[in-house]
Amino acid sequence: MQSLKRFNWTDVFMWVVGAALLILTIIGSYLTLQQGKYTTVQWFDLAVFGLAQGSVYALIALGYTLVYGILRMINFAHGEIFMSGAYLGYFVATSMQRSGFMQENPLLGIALIFLTAMTTSAILAAILERIAYRPLRGAPRLVPLITAIGASFFLQYVFRGLFGTQNRAYPEIAYIQGAIPLFGNFQIQKIQLIVIIAAAVMMAALAFFVQYTKTGKAMRAVSEDKSVAALMGIDVDKIITRTFVIGAALAGAAGVLYCFMFRIVTFYMGFIPGLKAFTSAVLGGIGNPPGAMLGGLFLGIFESLGPTLFLDGLGIPAPYQLKDVIAFTMLVMILIFRPTGILGERLSKTKA
Amino acid sequence: MSTQNQFNWKKAIQLGAIAGIVGILIALVGMVETFDKRDIVAGAISMGWTMLLLTVLVAGYFSASHQTSNLFRLSASGITGLIFSLIMSLLALLVENFDLRQTLVNASPQLIRILTFENGIPNGLISLIAITTIFGILGGVLYVTPSKIRKAISLGLSIVVLLGLLEDIIQVTLAGLGGASSALAWMFGRGAQSGLSITGAIVVFVVVTASNLLWDVNAPKINSQVEKMPANRQRSLRVLGYGLIILVVLYLPTLLGLYLTEVVNVTGLFILMGLGLNIVVGFAGLLDLGYVAFYAIGAYAVGVLTTLSGELSTSLGWNFWLALPVCIFLCVMAGVVLGIPVLNMRGDYLAIVTLGFGEIIRILALSDFLKPHIGGSQGIVNIPAPEFLGVLLNKPQTLYYLIVAGCILALFISQRLRDSRLGRSWKAMREDEDVAQAMGINLVATKLLAFATGAAFSGLSGTILAVKLGTIYPHSFALLISINVLSLIIVGGMGSIPGVFVGGLLLAGMPELLREFAEYRLLIYGALLVVMMQVRPEGFWPEETHKRELHENEHIPAQEATS
Repeated sequence: MQSLKRFNWTDVFMWVVGAALLILTIIGSYLTLQQGKYTTVQWFDLAVFGLAQGSVYALIALGYTLVYGILRMINFAHGEIFMSGAYLGYFVATSMQRSGFMQENPLLGIALIFLTAMTTSAILAAILERIAYRPLRGAPRLVPLITAIGASFFLQYVFRGLFGTQNRAYPEIAYIQGAIPLFGNFQIQKIQLIVIIAAAVMMAALAFFVQYTKTGKAMRAVSEDKSVAALMGIDVDKIITRTFVIGAALAGAAGVLYCFMFRIVTFYMGFIPGLKAFTSAVLGGIGNPPGAMLGGLFLGIFESLGPTLFLDGLGIPAPYQLKDVIAFTMLVMILIFRPTGILGERLSKTKA
Repeated sequence: MSTQNQFNWKKAIQLGAIAGIVGILIALVGMVETFDKRDIVAGAISMGWTMLLLTVLVAGYFSASHQTSNLFRLSASGITGLIFSLIMSLLALLVENFDLRQTLVNASPQLIRILTFENGIPNGLISLIAITTIFGILGGVLYVTPSKIRKAISLGLSIVVLLGLLEDIIQVTLAGLGGASSALAWMFGRGAQSGLSITGAIVVFVVVTASNLLWDVNAPKINSQVEKMPANRQRSLRVLGYGLIILVVLYLPTLLGLYLTEVVNVTGLFILMGLGLNIVVGFAGLLDLGYVAFYAIGAYAVGVLTTLSGELSTSLGWNFWLALPVCIFLCVMAGVVLGIPVLNMRGDYLAIVTLGFGEIIRILALSDFLKPHIGGSQGIVNIPAPEFLGVLLNKPQTLYYLIVAGCILALFISQRLRDSRLGRSWKAMREDEDVAQAMGINLVATKLLAFATGAAFSGLSGTILAVKLGTIYPHSFALLISINVLSLIIVGGMGSIPGVFVGGLLLAGMPELLREFAEYRLLIYGALLVVMMQVRPEGFWPEETHKRELHENEHIPAQEATS
């Protein structure tokens, strides 16, 4: 049917813009590579960093995707759920660091940080769902979205009020510092490796959970059709709460990993990663967990390599400042030219 | 039978606990401490305490609503208040005995002093428990009283709080009027104290409450008298009313003085943006979170075109009045260009993508990449003030007229567009895009016109901001502005033009007046958005009233449709 669609000048406009951006990207990459300012080792470092960053995005994106799959709503406050986990994890980490517990039992200490962060995020998400979202089931679509935006800012500024405005430096956990040498000049930061592995393990666990456990099956049933699921004896409200909790726990874990990498905690730290994670979810096809993982990794690498690769060759100063522009432009382009994302169904137009 | 006459313990305790948690949050977020400096009634009650007491009052009220008899109601609200007070005491004890400041920055000794009325832990706690419990019961009493009296009392209390909050501003404003200041001295007390004096508070409360009750009794009579008047008398009455409004609007700056005019100006800029976003979100139902982009484009365009600093590669040094139409045209074009990519997107996707656009514009403005053209992080300086008929518009009092002119223009355009064919297409599209398209509405053109009109208003607001400040920086155009404007139109009522003014006064004007609020501005906005969506999604001044008016005489819309 697509071919029968009426000719539309706005589509032409978008095709021209898309083509121009593509050409710019190609020219930029070509020029950058030709100039040869960067060594292979540098590219490798950037790629690994991108992969680690992408793993974090992927973990957050799973929360968006799971909730979207079931409720068809974007939980705008998900970035703040991520932030809450990171914050509470930070307090546990600093106190353990100060008491020397972390130096003696690093593995137990790290496990405790994760436990705290995931629990905090999960509880906060459950409360949020109960208070803010549940009464709005069946309301017009704009209503829960605006609620979520409100909740996002509310949580951000509650944390600001509770814990202060200053940026807090995350303690340096000696156990996970340093680099592992690979062949030649190549090496990989221990933290980045841990982030990638931890994220992969958690995503595998989630995939198993959704595929094989009873709750996972119920989640899939609810996302297919709420009323039929209810007829099959599934407690829809309970499953929705569980979905929020699972997504939030992953976000909490992502918060800890993010802090390991960037070693800073602030009250607004959740906003931009939240947006990026949403972009990842859309990129992979929203409502589709494997897609979110793929989208996250892709965005992470794209964002890390992109500014240098695409823009440096064009002679743009300080291209790293523009990495968010690249990410958002990519979001827009994907929504226009492939609204289904990499793996998803077409949602942005029809169901949204 | 048994459930009918039983005391509902669960609800009473639950509400007490919820109120307690809210109370702890208010205290630990730092609101109690910050607002303690501002007295509502001097020496008796501060703004910080008012918030806590209001919490317990509301909890008591709702607690009473779950019981079956009056005795139960009062005791339930008492129990709710008691639980609230116990939780607050627990907080005070915790803060007293453990040093939590490393983590919770506001858990300070100062907080305990406030909570215990400066009486120390054991003695102060008793008064804390007694007072909050009494307020819980008062909440119950309020539930039991007839609704007319309740309404009058709440209004009286709100006016007292409002006057107490705005005391210093009222004092400063009226200081110049000689006689008035001495007349008001008893009301606000003398010297440096803030808030109303106790007698002043009582008098204000009694006067407002009584006059509200009297008005309730007499309003139907007065209304019917007006209706009985002959048509020309009614019209002259209306003209008189409008004339009065115009006169007040014209003389406002001289009446208000420098500071308040500045506040009015800021509010005006927000209202101007609100009117624009109201078209995009309220009329057309397109949730645009990147609205600040057009504000930025307007401001930057005027900056680049008129700046005299000579630091930019492209400073033209145009006259403001020459640059203005160009800037607005640019904003309209930007609205169309940023509108085209999102034509096919709906709801949440639209929100995120527009938000992305807003961020892209800000990041570009901040980047070194465009620094030679638009100044990068240093922004654009030395934007000259416009001149109008030989008057330099560089003071708040003169800029006021520029802003008012902008607002009136936007108001007029929105008002006319609302009932036009285009306005009705927007609303049809808001209700259901597919049906609207099936009815023959050109979605592309309709959507783009909404974006373009909204962008024009926002751009106008931006241009005025640029000449008002004389300097623009990228960080003046953060996402928060978009959220502010969105909150404003949601609180006022989406799609309602008077609602924009109500929202603007509440959300842009009030925080400017109460500087302590600035820190908690977004916290309050966030909470407000969540609560509004649950309790009153249509806003304070909903568009529905307009619809109801139309329904009273059904033939009018029918005629419009055929013409």
